[in-house]
Amino acid sequence: MAEPLLVVEDLHAWYGEAHVLHGMHFSVRTGEVVTLLGRNGAGKTTTLKAILGIVPRRSGSVRFEGQELVGLPPHRIARLGIAWCPEERGIFASLDVQENLLLPPVVAEGGLSSAAIFELFPNLRERLSSQGTKLSGGEQQMLAIARILRTGARLLLLDEPTEGLAPVIVQQIGRTIRRLKEQGFTILLVEQNFRFAAKLADRHYIVEHGRVVDEIAATELGPGQERLVAYLAV
Amino acid sequence: MAELLGIPAPVLFGQLLLGLINGAFYAILSLGLAVIFGLLNIINFTHGAQYMMGAFTAWMLLNHLGLGYWWALLLAPLLVGFTGILIERLLLKRLAGLDHLYGLLLTFGLALVIQGLFRNEFGSTGLPYAIPPELRGGQNLGFMFLPNYRAWVVGVSLAVCLATWLVIEKTRLGSYLRAATENPTLVQAMGIDVPRMVTLTYGFGVALAAFAGVLAAPIYQVSPLMGADLIIVVFAVVVIGGMGSILGSIVTGFGLGVIEGLTKVFWPEASSTVIFVIMAIVLLLRPAGLFGRSG
Ligand SMILES: Nc1ncnc2c1ncn2[C@@H]1O[C@H](COP(=O)(O)OP(=O)(O)OP(=O)(O)O)[C@@H](O)[C@H]1O
Ligand SMILES: [Mg+2]
Repeated sequence: MAEPLLVVEDLHAWYGEAHVLHGMHFSVRTGEVVTLLGRNGAGKTTTLKAILGIVPRRSGSVRFEGQELVGLPPHRIARLGIAWCPEERGIFASLDVQENLLLPPVVAEGGLSSAAIFELFPNLRERLSSQGTKLSGGEQQMLAIARILRTGARLLLLDEPTEGLAPVIVQQIGRTIRRLKEQGFTILLVEQNFRFAAKLADRHYIVEHGRVVDEIAATELGPGQERLVAYLAV
Repeated sequence: MAELLGIPAPVLFGQLLLGLINGAFYAILSLGLAVIFGLLNIINFTHGAQYMMGAFTAWMLLNHLGLGYWWALLLAPLLVGFTGILIERLLLKRLAGLDHLYGLLLTFGLALVIQGLFRNEFGSTGLPYAIPPELRGGQNLGFMFLPNYRAWVVGVSLAVCLATWLVIEKTRLGSYLRAATENPTLVQAMGIDVPRMVTLTYGFGVALAAFAGVLAAPIYQVSPLMGADLIIVVFAVVVIGGMGSILGSIVTGFGLGVIEGLTKVFWPEASSTVIFVIMAIVLLLRPAGLFGRSG
């Protein structure tokens, strides 16, 4: 059997002296939606950053389409077709919506056209000349997702895309992720909202203290769901 | 003879022109500082020395290679900009993430070293540099005599400043630059080679300083300390305009040049301090500068 699209093995990461990831192991196959679930501070965001090469120090192995990423600078990693939607959204105040949307360079063929993007996020079309940070929280989140869909990247790293948003917008983002999956995107999703994640994902990894402690497939929903709730119970 | 506010018109307009010329140099130099500060978070105290290097490069191109003013205008920014690229790669790069103070100390020390080297080689008396033949002479405008070279300096400075502003505000490259100024990590994670952009940006800012140096060579004498005197005023301009603001540095540069020139007419004793007085007032009322975003 061919190797999965993304394979993470024994991944460690540090912020200065703080050792945050202690040997993460997981993988994502082409076309899957996979979540990383875990409590605050478990290391989910750091895992995405370590894949992208933007933590101060990391070791271990991250392979994408068989190519080792540890050791590559971040811009080379992005060019291989990995795109990131950060937890804080990262909309630029000194750019208008149009410039924010066009900012990430196209890295491969097959990205969504502008028409397709505006079909997914009709609100953005009317706001193109607004300053990026003048958008509402929900619109900023849509913009942050929209801009990585044009680039042709096939692996999307989404960090808590529903955090702090109204239920209607959470539903819209859920529909969007489902449609992206249908279109063949591979998605690694970090979530705290497990009821949201449970409806979308093929598999869940539970992260605790910088390690993967369990893996639950969507198909073992009954007993799996109890385990999930137990892990996430505060 | 015509008079305005009791001042003979030729005197008034003459000082206004001088003010515009100084303002042109303030604008180009503070623009370079603003671009560098935005992306590198470094206050480039070497800027005055790099302006001087531009003027000396023009002088050396002429006296050693026989290449005149127009070649110098092209080559000096490239050559001095290249030394800037080396400085960024070899030295400034190591300061990333450290306190502002380190950048200040390094670039200030570099300025002293560079000025010392040039003084050792060329002495401290100024060297003359002739106005190119195409730009000699002038126009009689009726109310004043306008030397062609001075008109050229004001015009070309304005053009360079506006072109730089347009590139930064209206092009794709400019949107990379603005975005990387806000959040370099995210921009690099989108696939843009931010470290290379930082290096080239420093090189560009330095090239602007060298360009100003070539423009200045026929007006002021070419001397090792020509930048040291000017740059103090330029830093005041930067503070007034707002650290890192592109448009602010252009408008403030020209504006303060004119104010300085007019002060020379109405209250000559105050002309060398007026900019610093304005700086103090602006710092009290708007600490982020006239065009700066506070916070
Ligand atoms: N820039 C940083 N410098 C130092 N420590 C950090 C930094 N960023 C995160 N940490 C620490 O690393 C650990 C993991 O943080 P991380 O952001 O990866 O958690 P998370 O699982 O994404 O949490 P959340 O659900 O709150 O987003 C935490 O203990 C956090 O305090
Ligand atoms: Mg997080």
